[in-house]
Amino acid sequence: MNMMGIIFSNIYDERLGEITARRTLASLPFGGRYRLIDFVLSNMVNSGITNVGVITKQNYQSLMDHLGNGGEWDLDRKVDGLFILPPFGQGQKSVYRGKLEALFGTLRFLERSNEEYVLLADTNIICNMDYRQFLQRHIDSGAEISMITKREEISGLGDACDLVVRSDYSGRVQDVLMHYGVPGIENAAIGMYIMKRTFLIELLKEAHSYNLVDFEREIIQAKFPHLYIKELPFDGRILRIDSLGKYFSANMALLDASIRNEIFTRHGLIYTKIRDEVPTRYTKGCRIKNSLIADGCTILGEVENSVLFRGVTVGKGAKLKNCIVMQDTVIEENAELLYTICDKDVTITKSRLLMGAPAHQIIITKGKVV
Amino acid sequence: MVNRKKYIAMLLAGGQGSRLGSLTRNIAKPAVPFGGKYRIIDFTLSNCVNSGIDTVGVLTQYKPLELNEYIGNGQPWGLDRNRGGVHILQPFTKINSKSWYEGTANAIFQNIRFIERYEPESVVILSGDHIYKMDYRKLLAFHEEKNADCTIAVINVPKEEASRFGIMNTDPDGRIYEFEEKPKNPKSTKASMGVYVFRWEVLKKYLTEDDKQEKSAHDFGKNIIPAMLSDQKRLFSWEFSGYWKDVGTTESLWEANMDLLDPNCELSLSDDDFRIYARNFDSPPTFVSEEARLNDCMITGGCTIYGTVTNSVISSDCVIEAGATVSHSVLLPGTVVGKDAKINYAIIGQNTVIESGAEVGCRKTDDIHPEITVIGEKKKITRKPA
Repeated sequence: MNMMGIIFSNIYDERLGEITARRTLASLPFGGRYRLIDFVLSNMVNSGITNVGVITKQNYQSLMDHLGNGGEWDLDRKVDGLFILPPFGQGQKSVYRGKLEALFGTLRFLERSNEEYVLLADTNIICNMDYRQFLQRHIDSGAEISMITKREEISGLGDACDLVVRSDYSGRVQDVLMHYGVPGIENAAIGMYIMKRTFLIELLKEAHSYNLVDFEREIIQAKFPHLYIKELPFDGRILRIDSLGKYFSANMALLDASIRNEIFTRHGLIYTKIRDEVPTRYTKGCRIKNSLIADGCTILGEVENSVLFRGVTVGKGAKLKNCIVMQDTVIEENAELLYTICDKDVTITKSRLLMGAPAHQIIITKGKVV
Repeated sequence: MVNRKKYIAMLLAGGQGSRLGSLTRNIAKPAVPFGGKYRIIDFTLSNCVNSGIDTVGVLTQYKPLELNEYIGNGQPWGLDRNRGGVHILQPFTKINSKSWYEGTANAIFQNIRFIERYEPESVVILSGDHIYKMDYRKLLAFHEEKNADCTIAVINVPKEEASRFGIMNTDPDGRIYEFEEKPKNPKSTKASMGVYVFRWEVLKKYLTEDDKQEKSAHDFGKNIIPAMLSDQKRLFSWEFSGYWKDVGTTESLWEANMDLLDPNCELSLSDDDFRIYARNFDSPPTFVSEEARLNDCMITGGCTIYGTVTNSVISSDCVIEAGATVSHSVLLPGTVVGKDAKINYAIIGQNTVIESGAEVGCRKTDDIHPEITVIGEKKKITRKPA
């Protein structure tokens, strides 16, 4: 594969509030056994990419723990493999302010790599994608930068799209709108860009000399009239996670068989860190309806429309409905939870009643005892 | 020497396991799936690692492809070591000599060169077809304390079953004076668990002598142990208490799986201090639908359940469609159970498809000694024409 990958692990951290307060967005648990980064990383690996850099900014201990030496993704290699790129300090300057600065800090990694092309990606998009066909389309078009887009609806109910592009019949970008909130169906960027590695290096050096920080605003939006930027639409399904509400609904979307099959298997499996869990134990009298349940759980109570991560215990008489319960959380006897997100290692004590609402879930942060 | 190890383990994994019928048609017994996500060999390998033994030779012979691939470089058990680690030892040709492993003792004899590389004080001989958790450190400490030439782990079995085992007759302090293989009238109930520790220098001598005996079966139980006993060597039995099961037959394999569902069973898989490791798979979590009914069962990741599962162990990536019922059964990885199919008291092999409406297994069977139906791997069971 003649393309390397760069993943930004901290983009949009602040938008998810408490659940990303102590971790990167990339290491946010998702779908019963995954972290968000697993999707983009597995897609890269399944597309034949074997040289991947992960740019980190802050709170990346959980991410490092998750990625390890990259073995689970077959990225523990002698040649290439997985590289975690912590912030690169320059003099008194604090950590980077935007993608351009972050990338500038990895210049040596980019320069020492051999692949002709580079793929930049965020971790907030859940999809199952084969990057090979996008690379081919990029090469065929002769564009300087290609950006992958997806047709998305802007409801106008307070949500705005980060980056909307409009292009001509050939797919060449003719307009770029940021934080666009006018209702309608638009082609939205999904944070994935393909370009030549040498082109990126030159771009970064130039951006550095002008003190540019924001890749989307100062390169894509400011330079599209002078650069050949091509739009590559993706026809598959994506789950975009840029708010807590979207995080909740993306997890719930996995209860739909067609979405699950597409996200988990379309172009290859999604890999994640192994935990040596036992199979899940469903005891006499438990009742499970329409739920996604990972290994290592013990279920005595009732679970409905929920996603349970590895090692969760649901006590006798406990009821969960429309909940997300992360690793090793214990729901004690007769507790009742509705529209609640429990982070890792939470304990909900006996007979507690927690009622969230469809549009406003209750969040119990990591390690809390309720 | 840098590579010196005080103890190493040799794991006999070459047996066919013919009593497991179609389950071992294409794979060796130690590679047979167990307990939803494990293989039988995971127990012995995990015991080694949890007991601080980081050098394990695995002797394979019968249909080793899947077993070799499963063990790989030993990484799932932490046995991918630069010094020591897991080594697959397959039979090999030599100048002017036979090549297959002929008997358990011969298998070890043929690998003397491997063992010598580590200059061990003692060698632990294990078999890869038992389900149990044992801290070998306790056995080794006893072996040292008794200054034994050989220590054999034994377990007390019910008197009426003793004639199915190799029985040790011992002094009160554990010293073995007689060994009887499957005796008609057992004098004791101490059954050999197939776990031996030998002082390497002594074992080496006996293996070398045994190899010269043309009539020998080259077997530990039949030849090596009796020869050592007749020479008055120091042989001791060490009593183990806990869960132990020989899963050599389809009935015992089924029972061992069902034991996992018993809350009072001594075998705990979720014990953090003594975990059983397995090569993991990359399947998504299991989906349980609205109409599914789960009652006292174990289900591994990657499954999709629309039907009813009762008292069963379901391995990874199985599909149980709507209206299907699976009860008192073990589904090995990748089994598909079609709409309205019924499975009762059965073990279904890997990637087998039970088509819509088909029925497998006895409808009625007595719970103590049920008759177990076994379907091999990659089979297709169709509905009986009306």
